[in-house]
Amino acid sequence: MNTFRKLVYPYCVWIGIFIVIPMLMIVVYAFSQAGNDVTTLSFTLANFQKFFSPVFGSVFIKSIWIAIVTTVVCILLGYPLAYFIAQKSENVRNTMILLMTFPQWINMLIRTYSWIGILSEAGLINTILSYLGLPKVDLLYTDFAVILGMIYNFLPFMVLPIYTSLSKMDQSLVQASYDLGANKVQTFQKVIFPLSLPGVLSGITMVFLPAVSSFVIPKLLGGGQYMLIGSLIENQFITVGEWNFGSAISLVMTIIILISMYFLKKVDHEVVEEGGKKV
Amino acid sequence: MRQLIQFRNIVKEFDGQLILKGLNLDIMENEFVTLLGPSGCGKTTLLRILGGFLEQTEGEVFFDGIEISNVPPYKREINTVFQRYALFPHMNVFDNIAFGLRIKKTDPAIIEQKVKKMLKLVNLEGYEKRAITQLSGGQQQRVAIARALVNEPMVLLLDEPLGALDQKLRKEMQIELKKIQKEVGITFIFVTHDQEEALTMSDKIVVMKDGEIQQIGSPTDIYNEPENEFVAKFIGESNIIDGIMLDDYRVVFFDQEFECVDYGFHDNESVDIVIRPEDIDIVEYDTGKFNGTIKSIMFKGVHWEIVVDTGIQDLVVHTTDYAEVGKEVGLSFFPEDIHVMSKMVAY
Repeated sequence: MNTFRKLVYPYCVWIGIFIVIPMLMIVVYAFSQAGNDVTTLSFTLANFQKFFSPVFGSVFIKSIWIAIVTTVVCILLGYPLAYFIAQKSENVRNTMILLMTFPQWINMLIRTYSWIGILSEAGLINTILSYLGLPKVDLLYTDFAVILGMIYNFLPFMVLPIYTSLSKMDQSLVQASYDLGANKVQTFQKVIFPLSLPGVLSGITMVFLPAVSSFVIPKLLGGGQYMLIGSLIENQFITVGEWNFGSAISLVMTIIILISMYFLKKVDHEVVEEGGKKV
Repeated sequence: MRQLIQFRNIVKEFDGQLILKGLNLDIMENEFVTLLGPSGCGKTTLLRILGGFLEQTEGEVFFDGIEISNVPPYKREINTVFQRYALFPHMNVFDNIAFGLRIKKTDPAIIEQKVKKMLKLVNLEGYEKRAITQLSGGQQQRVAIARALVNEPMVLLLDEPLGALDQKLRKEMQIELKKIQKEVGITFIFVTHDQEEALTMSDKIVVMKDGEIQQIGSPTDIYNEPENEFVAKFIGESNIIDGIMLDDYRVVFFDQEFECVDYGFHDNESVDIVIRPEDIDIVEYDTGKFNGTIKSIMFKGVHWEIVVDTGIQDLVVHTTDYAEVGKEVGLSFFPEDIHVMSKMVAY
């Protein structure tokens, strides 16, 4: 065992250099003033004050809002799809999962660019509308475009965990439910759905987290002026050069994500292990 | 007793393979019926057809006089105890047992009362709030039985429910299941490949092989009067000897004529003779029906298993007396210990 234990050292070094130290640096940056060098650090909470001002606060709320809408729509679209796939035979399932993940092989940037082609003023949808003699619609650079882009990109991350939990489910539980007099709808409500909740919860994690911090999609489909938390952080670091403020925002986001992960895990445990909840 | 279930010419085909080959079976009210056979004989398939989880390719199933092939499982007055119990892991013991009653929108006070009564029946009082994962195999088993019985079905199906338990717990549950069946007074249909389990618990045993019924009868009938070689070999150990039935009550094997209690065969018909190992006595040389040499002896706990070489065929004898290997002895048995069977046509 001890000899094998040594094999983990390179990984520890890797984590230390590329994850732990940068994280610590972010914390230091977040609590210090701009223009410091390493020898003269002066700590401040000004960065956080700035973030919780109305201007940036609204960006924050909008980001959360868009991420929630994306997650909810992903559940509503993804669950039935996952359920449908899980009902099929082994071969059909594999083919359908392959078809669903197929677009992911293409770079995300390219896939998102292609939505510009579809949604823009002279794009596919408006061309079709004008052929039909209908007025043009503004699609690109709206909330709708951003949410659409996010759903399009993140949907597989909702479908896969739900599909996995549904297809791994012990079929005798479903039969037991029928056996005890529950019809298909009741069986879904009382047995299948509660047992697939762990899949839904990890789907939520895998969609909500990237959605709340995404900056490529809002930039491309929301336009240059479209501001979400991810693009805000990117701006601070790359355009404005306010590393301290950028670090503060990142830190707040990390804490929010940690808290939401904690609550998701808690719900997960209650569903799976403790039982005892009234159905 | 009233006929409750009738299987009429049930055929089941899976991917071109015949699992059940035109099976007919009647089951009475309040009977403890065991479907017994080696794995792959179609016993579980038959149970699942009755439960409504599989549809037969051909044939009819009557339940209380009504054809039920198109009735979905949740509308059948049948409940099942599944092979791996299939308890709902996201509910506690109480909620598992109350599941069926809640579906029927039973009054909560009555649910409480009925669940308590069931827990008492299966000896699990005070376990209401336990999570399923905290229960041992035997306890899960009891919850599964309680969950099925609380719905007061007319028939309880049990699909090898004791398979996952250890030997000692199995024996206890066998006795308990039989007791529960007598207390609630409903039909139990029990599937197992364990012949001892079947003999202990059943009112009626249905021996199956390759999708066909080999014999239906009480445990004593099946054990003492097996209808063919397969049943004789499957139920307990037995010596099977080639013989010829001269006429009624007279049979020849080992080049000798013996008196027996069987009749109704053709004159000079080739038959199989079964003599159970515990029915053969080892006696002094030349004082028995024929002689033999002790070939081997093995201790089995309650008895010795002795193999005797008769010069024609080895015979297995179960006895509580020790005998030395190599010793010449006589073998003796009574006419009623000779069981004559027709030769199996294709075995």
